[in-house]
Amino acid sequence: MSDQTASRQAYWQANLRLLTTLLVIWFAVSYGAGILFVDVLDNIRIGGFPLGFWFSQQGSIYTFVALIFVYVWKMNKLDREFDVHED
Amino acid sequence: MDTQTLIYLVVGATFALYIGIAIWSKAGSTSEYYVASKGVHPVANGMATAADWMSAASFISMAGIISFIGRDGAVYLMGWTGGYVLLAMCLAPYLRKFGKFTVPEFVGERYYSQAARMVAVVCVIFISFTYVAGQMRGVGIVFSRYLEVDINAGVLIGMGIVFVYAVLGGMKGITYTQVAQYCVMIVAYMIPAIFISMLITGNPIPQLGFGSTVEGTDTYLLDKLNQLHTDLGFKEYTAGGKSMIDTFAITVALMVGTAGLPHVIVRFFTVPRVSDARLSAGWALLFIAILYTTAPAVASFARVNLIETVSNAEYKQLPSWFQNWETAGLLAWQDKNGDGKIQYVAGAPFAGKPKFDGEKTGPNGERVVTNKPTDNANELYVDRDIMVLANPEIAQLPAWVIALIAAGGLAAALSTAAGLLLVISTSISHDLLKSNLMPNISEKQELLAARIAAACAIAVAGYFGINPPGFVAQVVAFAFGLAAASFFPAIILGIFSKRMNKEGAIAGMATGLAFTFGYIVYFKFVNPGANNADNWLFGISPEGIGTIGMILNFIVSTVVSRLTAEPPEHIQHLVEDIRVPRGAVAPVGGH
Repeated sequence: MSDQTASRQAYWQANLRLLTTLLVIWFAVSYGAGILFVDVLDNIRIGGFPLGFWFSQQGSIYTFVALIFVYVWKMNKLDREFDVHED
Repeated sequence: MDTQTLIYLVVGATFALYIGIAIWSKAGSTSEYYVASKGVHPVANGMATAADWMSAASFISMAGIISFIGRDGAVYLMGWTGGYVLLAMCLAPYLRKFGKFTVPEFVGERYYSQAARMVAVVCVIFISFTYVAGQMRGVGIVFSRYLEVDINAGVLIGMGIVFVYAVLGGMKGITYTQVAQYCVMIVAYMIPAIFISMLITGNPIPQLGFGSTVEGTDTYLLDKLNQLHTDLGFKEYTAGGKSMIDTFAITVALMVGTAGLPHVIVRFFTVPRVSDARLSAGWALLFIAILYTTAPAVASFARVNLIETVSNAEYKQLPSWFQNWETAGLLAWQDKNGDGKIQYVAGAPFAGKPKFDGEKTGPNGERVVTNKPTDNANELYVDRDIMVLANPEIAQLPAWVIALIAAGGLAAALSTAAGLLLVISTSISHDLLKSNLMPNISEKQELLAARIAAACAIAVAGYFGINPPGFVAQVVAFAFGLAAASFFPAIILGIFSKRMNKEGAIAGMATGLAFTFGYIVYFKFVNPGANNADNWLFGISPEGIGTIGMILNFIVSTVVSRLTAEPPEHIQHLVEDIRVPRGAVAPVGGH
């Protein structure tokens, strides 16, 4: 296996690890907090919001936005680390 | 100046702006026409994607739907935003690296198969037409309500505007018009929302007002709403009514469908670099989130406002907006117990949409409804679209805000329609003609073909807008279900599995499509009487069945690909190339 191939594989593995972490959070806030455990979380209140309801109509969306920007930031770092960034 | 003149002025000014942009950004090559020469700034592409994505349904109907179903509305809020996470991380950067013009092109080359490409073309055209017919109808409705022209004339005007900037400017024209349309749309949505939030809760930020106390009291808005709902016999606003499995399946189908919709994917082909594709997905979702986090707040404000205004109120004492929207047929009242007051409680007042007895009015001055009343005590019919459309009047906002809503609704419908029409015309000129039927045409001829295809597509969409097939509302489930069950697995596997081959992908797409299509057709058309939870597979409604179609697609693709030969070496290299941002993608032979 050439050096370049090995490095590309390592880059891909690092990418998949990042992806998995972020998608676990993605699943947890939407399907977890917003659907599966919504009734349990509704027993906790934040201001006027039952927490489960807040996740399903507000919190999950804020988290989605944050996740993409974290992904962009981490990937740009990875791209440079493995020297595969564009110009 | 009266409201009507203001509306004409504002809408006219926005139309002039769109046409001006189209003339400025006229496309001269196929690359400009298909992907704006891959030169769009990521923030601009984010705005354009947001406008492309948010349709007349998001702008006009969504808050109203949530208003009536409460927490269950979360399936739309999460479903129509969560897909962007998948898009940003699993699709957009790799498809951008692949660097071609269309989604069927990726499917065709990755799976070295014209057959796969043709399956993709048929799906693209079907999904996009389903969607665009609704947009044209939306344009017509906004015109008829605000500009007092006939719905059909409204559709024709809308067709004319889209024709100018889609046919002339192609992707380049559409992109910059969509940027302008996003700005119009978001201003139009936010201004009334901020005003109403201040009126009801004293907090100018709707997302916070939503969780605050009602102005002048210690009661939280949502508690008050739950109390009102309980008193009137509705389920609590913050409680769910759908089964958990169906909620789950619908959310998956909407998210995955969003990530698989061709008119959204192709927007990420227009940015200069792979890293820009990731970034612009972030901007797109941020711009979308501004509206999507405001919508549930507007829904709850509007619900409180509506109940407090109408419940047990004497008809004769109601504010004038009530009669205005009664005239438009979106509100109707049947005084069942003859007390002259509006009883608004759970249950349908009568079956179906209201049918009025011409202009005839009843003892209190209400329009006479001829539908047969139901047995329950509810007397009021409310169309859900009214929640956004009538909001400025209910909150007594100035006339220019009403003019803005009209311009915003049109911007939402036109921007989505243009994006869809472009995808249809590109599939025809590029995937069908250039790559298949007439490979020898020059670039100039291909560009001309794209323009003719766009013009024809507009004509067909307009036809459906004027003569809406009765099933438009029922087929919306199709677009998402089919995108989820066909493209999404094929593209994901094409990127993340080097082993995935032609046989697997085609078998998977065919299974996913046939299953999803069959299930929806059965419950929506063949046997609509059986369309209830008792008969559904695993309790999943036709809206959510794309999820099962997607799972079937993944399983069948994987099994079949393991039983057949692995893909040729140059395809495996192609997959390796699209996984890294730098460098060129190895050319695929025979092209």
